[in-house]
Amino acid sequence: MEAVNIFVKSIFVDNMIFAYFLGMCSYLAVSKTVKTAVGLGAAVIFVLGITVPINYLLENYVLKAGALAWVDPSMATVDLGFLSFIMFIAVIASMVQLVEMIVEKFAPALYGALGIFLPLIAVNCSILGGALFMQERQYPNITDATVFGLGSGVGWFLAIVAIAAIREKIRYSNVPAPLRGLGITFIITGLMGIGFMSFMGIEL
Amino acid sequence: MKALENLLEKLKTPFDKGGKLEKFYPVYDALETFAFVPDHTTIKGSHIRDAIDMKRTMFLVIVAMIPALLFGIYNTGYQHFTALGMDASFLEMVGFGLTKVLPLIVVSYGVGLGIEFVFCIIKGHAINEGFLVSGMLIPLIMPMDVPLWMVAVATAFAVVIGKEVFGGTGMNIVNVALTARAFIFFAYPTKMSGNKVWVNTDGGSVVDGYTGETLLAQAIEHGANFKDVANNAYASLSDSFMASFLGFIPGSIGETSVLAILIGAAILLWTGIASWRIIFMGIVGGAAMGMIFNILGPMYFPDNLYLTVPWWQQMVMGGFAFGIVFMATDPVTAAQTENGKLIYGFLIGLLAILIRVVNPAYPEGIMMSILFMNVMAPTIDHYVIQGNIKKRLKRLKTA
Repeated sequence: MEAVNIFVKSIFVDNMIFAYFLGMCSYLAVSKTVKTAVGLGAAVIFVLGITVPINYLLENYVLKAGALAWVDPSMATVDLGFLSFIMFIAVIASMVQLVEMIVEKFAPALYGALGIFLPLIAVNCSILGGALFMQERQYPNITDATVFGLGSGVGWFLAIVAIAAIREKIRYSNVPAPLRGLGITFIITGLMGIGFMSFMGIEL
Repeated sequence: MKALENLLEKLKTPFDKGGKLEKFYPVYDALETFAFVPDHTTIKGSHIRDAIDMKRTMFLVIVAMIPALLFGIYNTGYQHFTALGMDASFLEMVGFGLTKVLPLIVVSYGVGLGIEFVFCIIKGHAINEGFLVSGMLIPLIMPMDVPLWMVAVATAFAVVIGKEVFGGTGMNIVNVALTARAFIFFAYPTKMSGNKVWVNTDGGSVVDGYTGETLLAQAIEHGANFKDVANNAYASLSDSFMASFLGFIPGSIGETSVLAILIGAAILLWTGIASWRIIFMGIVGGAAMGMIFNILGPMYFPDNLYLTVPWWQQMVMGGFAFGIVFMATDPVTAAQTENGKLIYGFLIGLLAILIRVVNPAYPEGIMMSILFMNVMAPTIDHYVIQGNIKKRLKRLKTA
């Protein structure tokens, strides 16, 4: 039950885009058509679903204050928390590389569909954001952390697909010239944010 | 009629090409085509021949809103005098209502049409009539005591950011009137919710038992038992279902009377302007969610009394009916495909009840659920169209 709550909450209430404005760069840049948006969104779900649990293990068994006690009782005083940024980034970058190689080897069709998006995701701030939120919220077990990662990915997927559909719809609208392209996309994002306010404040 | 036509013809000269007022031709054009069906046709783009053009469509929607408007005017006065415990004649109630509602309508139309005219003159295209409906919807979804300047600011925001930046009527992605309401709701929440804004009680002490809350607020506190509370203030009506069906309850101006809204819905459906799919599925969605809450609510969440409100009562409370009939059916922001409309309507009804009951931040959910589904409508359309393409490809292959 708790896992379902976290999943729904991370999709709608704590949406990566509309609640925290994370991952905006690729959200704005790769949302011209629904097809590419779906590709990037799927890649984000994929990577968030892998890196958040790995970072969770790292955080709880290596980095946190006293986390190394399982190696030796004398190391219970060690706090490697100051390394977390570097470690998280390193994990994300290496995981993305690894995933890319595995996907290329075993699923060439999927690799072709995701294309340039997989390497791009290494620098998507919603991925690091996911790891840092996981650290801040201190989920009690790895299932919750995984579900949170997947849910955040699905929320991001939903946001980018919705804006891509809107951008396809307004392609032939008579938008004032100075606002064409990114300008109108920012305004749409704001209006979508109002729509997503529906779920803000829900306690699950 | 002939005299009016001649007058318009006479006035036309300075607006013609090369005339003194050439720049303001869109203003003249708007007036002329509002009064008479224009004699010119579209120059480029697609041509759809139909006796009913956009001005006639918009006008019919306004006609459909008149019952809700008239009742809203009366109810504003009725609530005022009932809360103060004064006896007043029908005319006094209507008169009081007019002093509250008319300024809202004037401000909303004045600001909105003013901005629209300026944009059209600058951009040099014909004035579209989309705002005729939005300008009437905005006062109907406001509490009657909202300050006029807020209405002006919200209308300006909605027309510029919600519509004109997308290229004007027919291009917007979210409902203009709801954008205005959401703007006030988030910018000045104290004027948009609570128990002080729905009934005007200035200059008098209120009767015993009067709370000024809407039924929605009472439902949060008391759940299914709320009709006992409602009866304190509305002693003349024994049944709160009837009270909210007929509309003798506090609320935004146009939303209270489900009966008046149903008359409007009949006009819209009979003339074929509103999509029956959206209205029907909206009601189905709302009823489904209400039933789910009725059945599951007491088992899992015994603390939330709102869950015990029967689903048929949910249908007539708050702005649900008004939103489903007049806002969800907005042909511009709704889903465009027929199957998409079914999904779109269903989810609006479902989310409206869900947000209303589950989200403590909003006593009413219909505004947010329509805005949310406006945002998602292009996605629904996209997948419905993709599904159609796939189906036809398959048919082509087998044939």
